[in-house]
Amino acid sequence: MTATQDAGAVVKSDEVTLTIDGIQVSVPKDTLVIRAAEEIGVQIPRFCDHPLLEPVGACRQCLVDVPDAGNGRGFPKPQASCTLPVAEGMVVNTQATSPVADKSQQGVMEFLLINHPLDCPVCDKGGECPLQNQAMSNGRGESRFAESGGVKRTFPKPINLSPQVLLDRERCIVCQRCTRFSAEIAGDPFIELIERGAQQQIGIAEGAEFLSYFSGNTIQICPVGALTSAAYRFRSRPFDLVSTPSITEHDASGSAIRVDHRRGKVMRRLAGNDPLVNEEWITDKDRFGFTWARQDDRLTHPQVRDEDTGELRAASWPEAFAVAARGLKKAKGKVGLLPGGRLTAEDAYAWSKFARVTVRTNNIDFRSRPHSAEEAAFLASTVVLSTTVTYADLESAKRVVLVGLEPEDEAGSIFLRLRKANRATGLEVVSIGAVNTRGLRKVNGTLVPTRPGDEAKALTDLTDLDSSTVILVGERLAGVPGALSAAAAVAQRTGAKLAWVPRRAGDRGAVETGCLPALLPGGRPVADAAARVDLAAAWDVEQVADAEGLDAHGIVAALEAGDLEALVIGGVDPADLGIRKKALKKAFVVALEVRSSAYTELADVVFPVAPASDKAGTFVNWEGRVRSFGKVLDNPHSLPDVRVLAGIAEERGRAIGFRTPEAAWAEMTQVGPWTGARASAPEVSTGSHSTGSVQATSTGLVLASWKQLLDDGRLQDGDPHLAATARPAVILASAATLAGAGLADGDRATLTGPLGSITLPVAVGEVADGVVWAPASAPGASVRHAVGAAGDAVTIGGAK
Amino acid sequence: MTTAPNQSVLTPVLTKNWGDEQSWKLSAYGDYAAAKKAFGMQPDDVITAVKDSGLRGRGGAGFPTGMKWSFIPQDNPKPKYLVVNADESEPGTCKDIPLMMANPHVLVEGVIISSYAIRANKAFIYIRGEVLHVIRRVQAAVAEAHAAGHLGKDIHGSGYDLDIVVHAGAGAYICGEETALLEGLEGRRGQPRLRPPFPAVAGLYASPTVINNVESIASVPSIIANGADWFSSMGTEKSKGFGIFSLSGHVAKPGQYEAPLGITLRKLIELAGGMRAGHELKFWTPGGSSTPLLTAEHLDVPLDFEGVGEAGSMLGTRALQLFDETTCVVRAVLRWTEFYKHESCGKCTPCREGTWWLTQTLSRLEQGQGSAEDLDLLVDQCDNILGRSFCALGDGATSPITSSIQYFREEYLAHLEQGGCPFDPEASTVFATAGAKA
Repeated sequence: MTATQDAGAVVKSDEVTLTIDGIQVSVPKDTLVIRAAEEIGVQIPRFCDHPLLEPVGACRQCLVDVPDAGNGRGFPKPQASCTLPVAEGMVVNTQATSPVADKSQQGVMEFLLINHPLDCPVCDKGGECPLQNQAMSNGRGESRFAESGGVKRTFPKPINLSPQVLLDRERCIVCQRCTRFSAEIAGDPFIELIERGAQQQIGIAEGAEFLSYFSGNTIQICPVGALTSAAYRFRSRPFDLVSTPSITEHDASGSAIRVDHRRGKVMRRLAGNDPLVNEEWITDKDRFGFTWARQDDRLTHPQVRDEDTGELRAASWPEAFAVAARGLKKAKGKVGLLPGGRLTAEDAYAWSKFARVTVRTNNIDFRSRPHSAEEAAFLASTVVLSTTVTYADLESAKRVVLVGLEPEDEAGSIFLRLRKANRATGLEVVSIGAVNTRGLRKVNGTLVPTRPGDEAKALTDLTDLDSSTVILVGERLAGVPGALSAAAAVAQRTGAKLAWVPRRAGDRGAVETGCLPALLPGGRPVADAAARVDLAAAWDVEQVADAEGLDAHGIVAALEAGDLEALVIGGVDPADLGIRKKALKKAFVVALEVRSSAYTELADVVFPVAPASDKAGTFVNWEGRVRSFGKVLDNPHSLPDVRVLAGIAEERGRAIGFRTPEAAWAEMTQVGPWTGARASAPEVSTGSHSTGSVQATSTGLVLASWKQLLDDGRLQDGDPHLAATARPAVILASAATLAGAGLADGDRATLTGPLGSITLPVAVGEVADGVVWAPASAPGASVRHAVGAAGDAVTIGGAK
Repeated sequence: MTTAPNQSVLTPVLTKNWGDEQSWKLSAYGDYAAAKKAFGMQPDDVITAVKDSGLRGRGGAGFPTGMKWSFIPQDNPKPKYLVVNADESEPGTCKDIPLMMANPHVLVEGVIISSYAIRANKAFIYIRGEVLHVIRRVQAAVAEAHAAGHLGKDIHGSGYDLDIVVHAGAGAYICGEETALLEGLEGRRGQPRLRPPFPAVAGLYASPTVINNVESIASVPSIIANGADWFSSMGTEKSKGFGIFSLSGHVAKPGQYEAPLGITLRKLIELAGGMRAGHELKFWTPGGSSTPLLTAEHLDVPLDFEGVGEAGSMLGTRALQLFDETTCVVRAVLRWTEFYKHESCGKCTPCREGTWWLTQTLSRLEQGQGSAEDLDLLVDQCDNILGRSFCALGDGATSPITSSIQYFREEYLAHLEQGGCPFDPEASTVFATAGAKA
């Protein structure tokens, strides 16, 4: 796959020619007969076979007759085509031409159905069920088992494998797809075959639930209705659903999903099949995290603050546009814009252009997390417009170095690729971090134990990096001065490929569209006069402001100080930036939100904007790959950010020139990327961080922390089953660190940092000395708000 | 010639010392002379000797043992392993367990010579878990051999190291299937593996592995001690040597009879004192329940791989279960089928679901319910299992059914006509009273 990509043309591998049903076909060596048959349009029925799982040959549904194995001799028995590789000169007769193959398949199908409950009319899978479909195409109409008075095996049903995944053992045909997925793909072998014979079933160990971030995939690949989700079970029939291909809004993976809706309501989401990106897998958050957009606090109409009562009241769209435009005009450019990281590229572009053309400021920053000028420079020099690393590169690399990135939590599809590559080619994964996580162990990775703050040095000290190495840096490195500079320098020096992996789906698109104080759309540096002129010409405006704007911290400080008088904000948790209510009350605030939030209550104008399901758009994933998707639902209550900003801009008399995502995309394409000189990479020296000099003592500990996949995020609201699969919040530290603090595994401990304290259970983990790990955003235990950020000095002690 | 078949056609080699006082002790067995002789040979010469002897696998399939050994890729840098399949579970088969009980040292010595030949430094004996006494006896024999210097480092100054692990199974018939056995040995669920790769290339712990039956390995010392020619002088053209024939059922003196391959059942019954007094042979299995039944008309079939094959069955493990005319074949077949249903590992559909259905159809027939068409249904079910299942367990499950319908269709129909079994089950028991109707 990579070879063909590099060469730009299909390279003929060793081809093997065989005859299937009398038709000659040439396929690459090692192709399985079942897939070679697909080449000539013959669909051999199958259950256990899955192209992304190792062959197992368990269900025996795909039996074919092989009168010549390629050596002149035939197989005396029918062969499972899912385990049989092709051979030169092989002759295969499938059910289409061989009575033996046909009878074998009919026989196996009959066997499969004897213990199956045949409850298709009440089964979730009915209508999209491989067993049902293939029983029709390759089975007999009447059951001889039932006719002869056969008694089926029964089980109580369903049983919970996890809070989300339910198992109906009667329907199960024990094809082992789910157990193989868990063992091979996800590396979470919490489900396993137990018992034998007809009693064989999928089981879980007592006290060890099927808690995997990827458990939902087993439901999708189940070829019968044995695995169902608590979220979807008995909710809908497949033939009543309308399916729309889409892209996940939960992370920067760009994973293809399919959104199924019925009567204006999303019923479920499935993994899309995109071999270049997520293959056929998505995380459970991608799959089950869709109920957030239909919570009771969803905004359904614009609101403005009434001049007389001081309360928010419903307003028409035109009135809200007018009030917002008037307020922004009054602020005379003393405006900050915080668009957040969840926007589509089109919406981000509208924000970016709105800032420059309508407000005429560069005070725009999509980052609502720890960030730095160094990071902004890194994004402008190394990330924007870059497509250096792809998923395929991860597979073909010899070594992948993770810095400040925990893929299982922060980019599930990257984690799966790393695991796949490690299993297939022995890819070496090295993590520069503080914790040897379960995710790292599952990719057989090596930890370079590093205290938060010391990443730059650890990366610089790595040896044997070359062009076969890929370095993936996480957004957390923004909190480590010198780390991103070091990453850029190391990549430059060694030829290693470098990519930045952010958390949110809109982060990379916001970089590309210039939602940064020193970066304009298409990678144009604000500081570059030629770039500004180029953009001004494309936009047909006199000029683009040449002063570098305030970053998010700067915007917050200026609001507090009264230097900014207005704020346009969307998709941001004010607590993440430490914005105080007082500052929001003082300023003129325009909020663009899907649901009411901490700041919509304080805003002067509130616009309900559309979630990803209610608009078309594009996410740019961490690779820089453009991932466009269509609208799933028509919802008149909200508008895309593009339309809202266009409305305000037009009222203001400084139109942004488009009103729809499609028009925004067309203009983006026309404006195009900057072809001139790029900003130079940051050169911040290492070790300038405050914690860099903190010595590891029992009292001088450093906090390591990141957001786990399932946390307190509002985009997970509304699915209690999904929430129940989150990992419990615990503080992790090495046995020595815990002993130093007088703690033992399982104790409750109080973690104290610059923001305050939190009390959680502690557990012994493989954590670097002098480091304590705690989840940044666990439900009810948001360490980032209650204690501090990664890299902060903390203390730990027994809970009172 | 160590045996003198002057008065008998029997050739006791493995069974020769079974009657000796404490035959299982090293002191009674000897000093491992064959192993010492083997250490004086090149490993490849040992393989050649076993090849030349014509020894074929005694576990049922009859694959030439020496050839199997020669498949081990000696240029593979991974360790080589010898695994002895002592998971004797086939209904009717009872040769390995008494052999290990009475003469465990011949097995240990065989393991030493065989491991030396394939250059394995670790060997495993996988013994059926239910036979705890046998496991203990083999463990004791291994310990004795170790203490006597027959095992361990630099055995008898040969520079060759070997350790034997005695492993207890966990009660699954399927683990007698060699790849399922390997799975079990590795600590996993006992289900057969996909082949290729074959165990000779990637077996135990993905390393080259030879898996042999107890009797095959136990035959090796005598071949080394007495020469390939001695061994191949016994038996028939393509089935050389001797084997243990286990007679059970309605015979006067059931037991293990060690004789050259090619002996007939007529001769064996004669040696065993004839059938149960006053009764005559009705049907029999040549090699356990997984081999198709034969009848009295097959009494003169030479019991070697070819002869039994020509008669439409398989030599298998030479587990000769003899049934006289008091036995209801339908009942016997149902019992066997229930066994296969109980022991099906569940991996593949035809065996898992097929045995579930077969027992239901058969038990209805046994109770005289159903119709003559159900016999065709049974045969068709068997046709859909035979050759369609993942391993040979499914195939074996069909053998008693198809062969019994072939020879005793009328008896099945009699069940339907009489609305139940025409036999008195008590008449076939050892406690049958004289009055029980035949």
